[in-house]
Amino acid sequence: MSGVRRAVVLAGGLSFEREVSLRSGRRVCDALRSAGVEASVHDADASLLTTLDEVGPDAAFIALHGGPGEDGAIRGVLDLAGVPYAGSTPHACRMAFDKPTAKGLLRAAGVATPEAVTLPHGTFRELGAHAVLDRLLTRLALPLLVKPSSGGSSLGATVVHDEAALPSAMVHCFSYGDTALVERFVEGTELAVSVLDVDGTPTVLPAVEIVPKSGVFDYAARYTAGQTDYYTPARLPERSVNAAAAVALAAHRVLGLRDLSRTDLIVDADGTPWFLEVNVAPGMTETSMLPMSVAAAGLDLGVVCRDLLAAAAAR
Amino acid sequence: MTGVNLDPYGDRYAARTRGMTASEIRALFAVASRPEVVSLAGGMPYTAALPLDAVAAAVADLVATRGPVALQYGSGQGDPELRELICTVMALEGIVASPDDVVVTVGSQQGLDLVTRIFVDPGDVVVAEAPSYVGALGTFAAYEAEVVHVTMDDAGLVPEALEETLARVGARAKFLYTVPNFHNPAGVSLSRERRDVVLEIAARHNILVLEDNPYGLLGFDGEPEPALRARTADGVIYLGSFSKTFAPGLRVGWVLAPHAVREKLVLASEASLLCPPNFTQFVVADYLRTQPWQDQVKVFRELYRERRDAMLDALSDLFPSDASWTTPHGGFYTWVTLPEGLDAKEMLPLAVTARVAYVPGTAFYADTQGASNLRLSYCYPEPERIREGVRRLAGVIEAEQELRETFGPGARTSPRSAADGPAPDMA
Repeated sequence: MSGVRRAVVLAGGLSFEREVSLRSGRRVCDALRSAGVEASVHDADASLLTTLDEVGPDAAFIALHGGPGEDGAIRGVLDLAGVPYAGSTPHACRMAFDKPTAKGLLRAAGVATPEAVTLPHGTFRELGAHAVLDRLLTRLALPLLVKPSSGGSSLGATVVHDEAALPSAMVHCFSYGDTALVERFVEGTELAVSVLDVDGTPTVLPAVEIVPKSGVFDYAARYTAGQTDYYTPARLPERSVNAAAAVALAAHRVLGLRDLSRTDLIVDADGTPWFLEVNVAPGMTETSMLPMSVAAAGLDLGVVCRDLLAAAAAR
Repeated sequence: MTGVNLDPYGDRYAARTRGMTASEIRALFAVASRPEVVSLAGGMPYTAALPLDAVAAAVADLVATRGPVALQYGSGQGDPELRELICTVMALEGIVASPDDVVVTVGSQQGLDLVTRIFVDPGDVVVAEAPSYVGALGTFAAYEAEVVHVTMDDAGLVPEALEETLARVGARAKFLYTVPNFHNPAGVSLSRERRDVVLEIAARHNILVLEDNPYGLLGFDGEPEPALRARTADGVIYLGSFSKTFAPGLRVGWVLAPHAVREKLVLASEASLLCPPNFTQFVVADYLRTQPWQDQVKVFRELYRERRDAMLDALSDLFPSDASWTTPHGGFYTWVTLPEGLDAKEMLPLAVTARVAYVPGTAFYADTQGASNLRLSYCYPEPERIREGVRRLAGVIEAEQELRETFGPGARTSPRSAADGPAPDMA
């Protein structure tokens, strides 16, 4: 595999996940340096294109979460600038980033995903919120998971157990995005399953089982060390773990993802894995799941990132 | 099988770390540091207005002429020359004090920490204004104090409310924490008439007054109001700072305390950091001695007055008529009350999307108050940026009102996190 000498890590941006992204970016940068790559972190701001010209990297690693980092925009710009990058194409990103689209494609491919309704704020305003919410409750039934149709880190997401809490959950959701994805909440074991392309072949890493101490995997539980216990490999029957791995692989393949992805899913009491969403720029912080899977697989994060960049540079 | 707990020290932390968790609000503030965002959230003084060439020359001269001493350990109580100069600064607000009773601290924040450390046991009560400076609430929480808020109005602390609170709390109350001048975040000042009343009530209830006065010299209208400490030396501990009159990067503040208290403060400070840095103390002392520093304070006053005007004009031009705000006559902040039914913390993501930032009111309370409030600062952005920020925020309020109208009322309360306030280096 051709080597990568110099790399830029893109991190920051203007999304709600800027802080998470900066932590991801610094961690990837450190890991790349330990793997012998001359790496530096850059924000996706007005100086980005100039910086890329000046640095002349062999490839870029995208650690931008939310918005342009995951919806394909930055990748499109890197394509224009002729800078190879690790990760999926703009087209694939657009499908993965829009959660309803990803769910629809996975369902069509035979993967279980909780029944859901996607509605923009305007629809509620125009048709009357209460009438729409009533139908929604009748159709999907409680408990419900309300979340923005794109974006990560559980921002804007609420599990609704009580009908009275639904309107405020909607308001919370619409503070973070224009469109809400309201889906049937599946009780079960929360898993994050990462997929890496190794020599061009998608390879599933050990699943991470997530057990937040508060019971809810919210922002604080995600990014405060110690507030969540993680089990790798997951404490589930082999059959369930394999079924979850198959879902992650299906998401990677069906959406045409490349290099790396992390699928979030719930395994219910019957052992059925339910696809929730897939991330094309998964978190790389100290409390993120993809790096845990990498470690559990006996791999070195720096070497993994370096190899992904090398593969990108060789494309 | 045990899982991976990413914090192997989890069961060893002190109880006071409760609430030190990652915060969505702090994450949103991270975006505000980008130039696309008009930040009306931070509290950074406009240090670009300082005579930087003169400061550079003074620092160079300091190293050249007194380098070995400036770079050496110093006195735990602080440099004697600086303490004398601090007394001349306090004299501008009517305070007569001896340099012996001054303890130099690393910013007045350390003074706040020391005073709390020597007076407050876990469970003790600190009485504080409603709302209160977020950094003070952090300190009180660190010492596991229970904060009891007292109502304010446009003339500052309401004496009747103070009286009632002190009667109710009794001997559990260790001190009253107050920012009488150009309050952060409320933007109001304690009226002249109320100053003696507040002191009288505190004395009668035998409770110390901790007067925090970082903004006293930054009034826009005439002479500064005499400090509480100027009225009585008994029972008042005074916190001062060079962060707003000179530069926060130097981290030089002070405590003026009755001598018995001062002795304990010095020992507590030595136990904490040995001594405040000689270097920055000498820089401040040289600046006070050799530069026309009071003229520079006038420059700051004019600059902040212009920005205050820009903010108030923009608010009255652009904000909805059912919002209200305080009119600051000095300092950095105005305190906004949103139209009924809106929640400033819930609205913050919309604001960040619209590229404007503020601090939600809940950050300034130890209890659940403040949902309908927010703090706007005008100290850092240029006047036209302030107007642009207010314009964006007005649009956000409209969008939030529309959301609330669509879905009806229904409050969402989330617990306050220690990180809900802005970081110190936020614009």
